[in-house]
Amino acid sequence: MTTLDTAPSIDIPSLSTDEIEHLLVTPTRVVRSEWMKMRTLRSTWLTMALALVSVPGIGIAIAWSTANDWTKMRPRERLHFNPLADPLSGFNLAQLAFGVLGVLLTAGEYSAGMIRATFAAVPKRLPVLWAKLGVFTSITLVTMVPLSIFTFFVSQRLLSAQHIQITWDTPSVARSVIGVGLYLTVAAALAIGLGAIIRNVAGAIGAFVGIILVLPVIASALPQTWGDRINKWLPSNAGQALMSVTSDNTTLSPWRGFGVFCLWAIAALVAAAVLLRRRDA
Amino acid sequence: MIDASGLVKMYGDKVAVDDLSFEVKPGIVTGFLGPNGAGKSTTMRMIIGLDAPSSGVVTVNGKAYAEHRAPLHEVGALLEAKAVHNGRTARNHLLVLAATCGISARRVDELLDLVGLTDVASKRVGGFSLGMGQRLGIAAAMLGDPATLILDEPVNGLDPEGILWIRHLLRALAREGRTVFVSSHLMSEMALTADHLIVIGRGRLIADVSVADFTRQASSDTVHLRTPDAERLRELLVGPGVRVTVMSQGRLEVVGLTSDAIGDIAAAHMIPLHELVPHQASLEQAFMTLTHDSVEYQPTEVAAS
Repeated sequence: MTTLDTAPSIDIPSLSTDEIEHLLVTPTRVVRSEWMKMRTLRSTWLTMALALVSVPGIGIAIAWSTANDWTKMRPRERLHFNPLADPLSGFNLAQLAFGVLGVLLTAGEYSAGMIRATFAAVPKRLPVLWAKLGVFTSITLVTMVPLSIFTFFVSQRLLSAQHIQITWDTPSVARSVIGVGLYLTVAAALAIGLGAIIRNVAGAIGAFVGIILVLPVIASALPQTWGDRINKWLPSNAGQALMSVTSDNTTLSPWRGFGVFCLWAIAALVAAAVLLRRRDA
Repeated sequence: MIDASGLVKMYGDKVAVDDLSFEVKPGIVTGFLGPNGAGKSTTMRMIIGLDAPSSGVVTVNGKAYAEHRAPLHEVGALLEAKAVHNGRTARNHLLVLAATCGISARRVDELLDLVGLTDVASKRVGGFSLGMGQRLGIAAAMLGDPATLILDEPVNGLDPEGILWIRHLLRALAREGRTVFVSSHLMSEMALTADHLIVIGRGRLIADVSVADFTRQASSDTVHLRTPDAERLRELLVGPGVRVTVMSQGRLEVVGLTSDAIGDIAAAHMIPLHELVPHQASLEQAFMTLTHDSVEYQPTEVAAS
């Protein structure tokens, strides 16, 4: 071992005692770390751009083309047009984008192996889940509520050329519009939970799409007596009750439906939290 | 300081780690040796709480790892080269981990410099070679200026220069009084880097021994000699624990005595020696013999003298 003793010594940078005293893991720091994780990946920006553009983009396109073609449209088609819901239908695409992003935030770390570095840094683990949830749902909420309102006003402005607009003061309209942002926020939370449970990006995206889009299609094939009882409780059907102006016995009332959707997301998150603590990383 | 006692890890019916107890002391480099699949990585993951032991306890600096309020200052771990997200740059990867406990960007840059990744700090790690990935992992392990370092096969994928660099780094870290626990499946590498060895096979402890003792044992093997008076010397050498074999005319093979002792005996009886050659089994051979035997029979403690 003589070669080692004569080896050039390596100058290892060390921290000052003052710095060391402050190396505690705090919730704020974990949130900051998760926020940095999110914005330092290109996939985040691409998916986020898709999510942000989809609601106003599709909304304005629908309102503009409808206003343009209105005079040429057949009466049946005119009757079918919903000036509130149709311009907001971009949320269908946005929910997929947020679903994919939520899954990437959790399951993506497992696929990459990054989760081991993360849990070595935050061995209590749960703060990581709550930080991801907090960062992602906050971003969804603060972007999508204003964007939904923006989309509503721009599209109504376009529709007003044909006097087929609906006003903000109309009962249930404000709730429906803001409901788009709220619905997407809870969908984002659901995706975070599913990603953490399934820990595989492809599998979790499959589960998210299955629950949000496929389940209602399958359930609609049930005989009506069964379907009417079951369909309204499914996550996306319940959540979208918040965005509908009319309600009947096949749907839940808006806030009740939204509450049910929240419970689905909470169930997924609780399962994720339990598994996160219990399973080997 | 790492203290494992009675660690067991089962994967279904399969026992990955079987009643493993050991202590890793500060101020020295402790090598963690075993063939592939011996349970080294599993043990290391249990130390930092990534895997929960099926039974047994392991503490770091007196507490379970997860109980430490400043975990990155207690333990820095390199568990596998690819505990990173390929889409993130090297610097961002370190910044993200540093943020969890308020480590500054200045520290991140210092470490990038230490491991020689400053030039590629803003490149995404997906394009990194295995060796660059290892260097990034080492920088990540050192973020919190940790008292204990746990490195799983750190020389994997490094070029000879990189291996030498790691060797110097580990020794320097130990000299500063840190606990350094390094796994490897290469005995020759550990003989050069470590002061102490913990050897496991099939999840069980085979040896807990200083490198010096291990080397001495491995090298006290056989001595070949040539003398015109072979018969008389053979009679003088034979005794309890000593085996002498006549190889051919005038050639003997002695097991159980050092070449020094044989030379002295020959001199005392005025027997001329024409050759006296100690044959050291290589450390690698000694290690393989040790692990081979122990996975098939009972684990034997190698007594540290």
